[in-house]
Parts: sequence; C-alpha cells; structure tokens
Amino acid sequence: MTWKVKAATAVIAMMALAGPAAAEGELNIYNWGDYTSPELIKKFEDTYKVKVTITDYDSNDTALAKVRAGGHGFDIVVPSANYVPIWIKEGLLLEARPDQMENFKNVDERWVNVPWDEGRHYTVPWQWGLSGIGVNSKVYGGDINTSAIFLDPPAELVGKINVEPEMTDVLFATIKYFGGEWCTDDKELLKKVRDKLLEAKPKWLAMDYSVTEKLPAGDYSAVYYWNGAIMRSRLKNPDIKFGYPKEGYPLFMDSVAILKDAKNVDNAKLFMNFIMDPENAALISSFAKYANGIKGSQQFMPADMQTAPELVIPAEFEKAGQFLLACPPEVADLYARIWTDISK
Amino acid sequence: MATAREVSDRAARRDVRDRWLLSAPALIVIFFAAIGPLFVMLAYSFMAKGDYGDVKFGQFSLDGWFSVFLQRDIFDDTITLADAHLSIFWRSVRLSVITTVLTIALGFPTAYFIATRPRHTREIWVFLVTIPFWTNLLIRTFAMQEVIRNEGILNTLLIRLGIIAQPLQIMYTDAAILFGMVYVYLPLMVLPLYASMEKLDFRLVEAGYDLYAGRLQVLRRVIFPLVKPGVIAGSILVFIPSLGAYVIPRVLGGGKNMMLGNLIEMQFGAGRNWPLGAAISITLMAIVMVALLFYVRNTARSGAGHG
Repeated sequence: MTWKVKAATAVIAMMALAGPAAAEGELNIYNWGDYTSPELIKKFEDTYKVKVTITDYDSNDTALAKVRAGGHGFDIVVPSANYVPIWIKEGLLLEARPDQMENFKNVDERWVNVPWDEGRHYTVPWQWGLSGIGVNSKVYGGDINTSAIFLDPPAELVGKINVEPEMTDVLFATIKYFGGEWCTDDKELLKKVRDKLLEAKPKWLAMDYSVTEKLPAGDYSAVYYWNGAIMRSRLKNPDIKFGYPKEGYPLFMDSVAILKDAKNVDNAKLFMNFIMDPENAALISSFAKYANGIKGSQQFMPADMQTAPELVIPAEFEKAGQFLLACPPEVADLYARIWTDISK
Repeated sequence: MATAREVSDRAARRDVRDRWLLSAPALIVIFFAAIGPLFVMLAYSFMAKGDYGDVKFGQFSLDGWFSVFLQRDIFDDTITLADAHLSIFWRSVRLSVITTVLTIALGFPTAYFIATRPRHTREIWVFLVTIPFWTNLLIRTFAMQEVIRNEGILNTLLIRLGIIAQPLQIMYTDAAILFGMVYVYLPLMVLPLYASMEKLDFRLVEAGYDLYAGRLQVLRRVIFPLVKPGVIAGSILVFIPSLGAYVIPRVLGGGKNMMLGNLIEMQFGAGRNWPLGAAISITLMAIVMVALLFYVRNTARSGAGHG
C-alpha cells in the first residue's frame, strides 16, 4: 500500500467512525437522588446506544455549588423552578432551544410559558409536585391537612417527625401558617416564624432524606415531605395517609437543562427530546410518583396514579398551593439567616 | 592551590546544596499540597461572600470571621455570641472528648489482653483488630444504622427478649453519633496502646506486686506511666478525626445534630457562605493545633521523667 492508500483508508475509517459517533457515546446526568427511572435510562441507552451515568445531589445549592466550581463533567442538570433563573443568570446553561425540538408539541400549555423560563428556551419539564404531610394513621388519627402536624405536633407524633431539609419549603409553610406571604420582609411575622421553628425543631426526629424507606418501616411516623415519596411510602405501607396543609403548601417543578460546558451536547439534546415523548415521560412518573408536564402521558402510567390522593389535588386545597419564586436578595439573605439560626 | 580549609568548605557547601536538592521534591509537595491550600483558605476567609456561593475576589471583608463567633440579630441588629456556631463547636469538642475517653476505657483492656498473650498469638489478635479497616467507613456507618434504628437489630432483639416494650430511640441522637464514633475509632486507640504495652517489661509488674502494691496501685503507678505515650498517641489519633467527623453525624445524626464537619460543609453548600466556611475550617485547625501542642508538651515531660 502506498501512503496515499493508507491515508485514504484512514480518512474513510475515521469518517465511518465519526458518523454514528454523534449518537453513540456517553451522557452524564446530574439529578436529585432517587428520582431517575432506571427503566427510562435503560430504554434511552438501548435506543441511542449511549452509556448513561447518573450522579445524585441532595439540594439545589449543592448542585449549583458543584457545577460552578467546574470540572464536574456533567451534561444535564435538573434544577427546581426557583433556581433556574439563577442558573441562567450565572451563565451555566446552554440555550438548547427545546421549544424547537420535535416532541415539544407534547408539553402541556400550562408548563410552556413559565416565569422561570419564558417559552422554554433552556429547559424541559421533568416532574412537578408539592410538599405535603405524610402520617402513619396507626400512630395518629386526627386531622392531617395542616402544617400544625410538624409546627405544633400532636403528642403522639412528637419525636417521630422528619422534615425535608429544604429551606424555602419549610419557611414557606411556616410563613403561611402565620398568614404571611412568600418573600415578606415583615420582621414581626418573621420573628414569629423563627421562634415557632426553634420551638418545633426539638420535637422533630430528623431533617433527612430516605423517607421512602424510613416512613413505611416505622422509623418516622410523620413527615413534611414531597408527595411522590409519600406515595411510594404508602404503596409499601397502606397505613400512610397524605394531607394537604390548608394554610399553604409549596409547589415545585424540576426541569431538565443542558450545561454550557457539557461535553455530550448532542446526546443531551437527544435526551431532552426523548423525555418529551408521552410514553417516556410516563416512565419518569411511574418511578418517582410525581406528575410530569407532558400531555397524554397519563395513559401510559399505572392506573393507581390517576386516582392517587397524593397526586390528585382536591378542589378545596387547590388554592393553597403556590410556586415559590426567588425572593429579592435582601429578603433571601434574611431567610438564609433565619435558616442558619434554626440549623444549629 | 586550595587550602584544606577551602576544600572542606566547598565540600560542606556541596553537602548543603545536595541536601536541599534531595529534599526539594518533598518540600514542593508539602508546599503545594499542604501549605498552599491553607493560604487559599486563609485568603478566602477574608473575602466577601458571593451571592450564590464562591467569593467576591479582591473584596476584603471580615464578615466571615465575625460570624464564626458573633452574630447580628436578625430582628433588632444587636450583636451577640453566635450561639448556633458555639453550640456546634461545643457539641463537637464534647463528643470528641467522650469518644476519646470511651475508646481508652475499651481500648486499654483490649490492648492489655493482646500484649499479655503468648508472642506467636499476638499477631492474630492485632490482625483481628484491623479487620474493620477492610470495609469502607460509609458502609460501616450504614451497618451501624441498621443495628440501632427503631426496627433494627438491637431494638428487635430487646423487644423479642421482652426487656423493652417500645423501641429505644437511639438513631438521630448524640448517643447514636457517639456509638458510631467509638466503634469506628476504637482500633486507632488499640493499636498505639498495644505498641507501647508490647514494650512493657512485665517483670516490673511482678516487682510491683512483690513490693506489696495492690492491683489498682500497679495499674496506676507502674503500668499507666509506662504506657502513657501510647495513651496520648491514641487519644490524638481518635480526638482529631472525631472533631472533624462528617459521615457519622451526617448518617446517624439525621441532619439535625450537626458537628463541625457538617457545619463547614453546609457553608460551602446550602449556606452559600464560603468565607464563613473557610474561617470555621481554620478555627477547627487551630483547635487541633492546641490539642497537638498539649500532646507534645505532655510527651516531652513524660519522656524526661522516665528517661
């Protein structure tokens, strides 16, 4: 073989490899723990011949801090609604334009023009839900549609409560408990909020995750936690009942975004489009038990999810739910200081 | 012609230069891997905090150090001691001291037992002590959680035996953290204790008895002074990692009972206050330094006393 033939062979070989390489390779997803359906990932891997690696985080701040520090190697991240504007403002997200993708037509109109990503230029809905009350009815039989379960716990539940360690959700429920509005800077009211939390905290057992194991097993008898995890607990232990805090409860939506310094942008875009398919979105929800934002996905979900008390918000409690947007910096700073005060 | 003096001078200079060159790799590693990051921490602790974590470079601020010990009241702006931080400092020091005392109480008889076995079986006992190190700390901590949780092995056993009616709430308490730390750090106490007990001349113990000393007296006046360096070394090995423990309070303390390690982690994560995190880290190091100085002075004194 002359050098020309060799060179030509090499070029052809490279082209042959380069063709499918766009779809083959890796995808590194950075998502909340216990939140990603293994079935969905398996299907994506098989469809596109991509090796997917999932890494967990436990709070929006952890994810933000790690990605900002650089050298993370992640392609996809799933921040909550109130954090998406921060991610965009900090220049961490790629403007992937999911609104121009093939499957975008499936996104429910309700979730297209959202305040955190108007018109969906950066993010795709992953799941949405709320923080509510889960109680083991064998331990306590009273009214559970109130934040009093963890703020003024009945004697039966004292020392058996787990509260999600998420600042905004806990502060929101407490502010609402005293009739305030989110982002209020009314110091008199906030003082009551802080004092109430300081008084309530010794009556809690933990502020931890892993509710899906410990609530059904009886390590916790009551939780203020995300509805999907409480539903998963109920499926393991039918004594678990769900309550909507009538004073006010926070709604959340986590959205899938591509990082600006992602190495596998093409695969990440494939993944975005993939999860907007109703059948695939249904896999997400069937695993974590939260609603998604994709039209027509219900029909692919297990029947018990259509009637689950954790997912179908009763009309009387619908008004109490609210999306939490980021507060102005001075208010956010005030809230962070209250939180530190409580976290000792 | 060079005089003998010049030749020896040159040789001495070359000797000095060679020593510097030979130790250069170690010095570079020490500087970049140990001292360098410390300076970064020190610098960060004097900067203003960024809005979403990180620091504002070049903006000098004492806020980080201020809030280690003091706090401005959220509501009326009065300055008070930061009882949130101080109570975490206090919990860390208290739990570490108790851990050290408990590991001595458990480790001393263990080491004594091993040291008094026939020579050829001692190695087997020491080997047994090191077995827990084969398993990752996180896994051992989760195993401990399985033992002490409400539906765990310990509570189920006690209920089955009819000793208690309701499960004991051990998880998520300081007792759980203590339990975990004593279990994890016990080998670090046993090994140095054994090392100094192995050298103990047991004829001295016999001599003590011959001179009509009681068992307690022999322990206090003969054995303990001789193995004191081992006790102190073990205490340091247990106390320092206890003070900075992160995984054990995180898993067994349930995120409610923080220790210093968790407080520092929180500042770099959800707290978004890197300067404060850096300042607390340096404070933690200062505490460790004080403990080490105490150690050095004590061993120096005991070294002088016993030749």
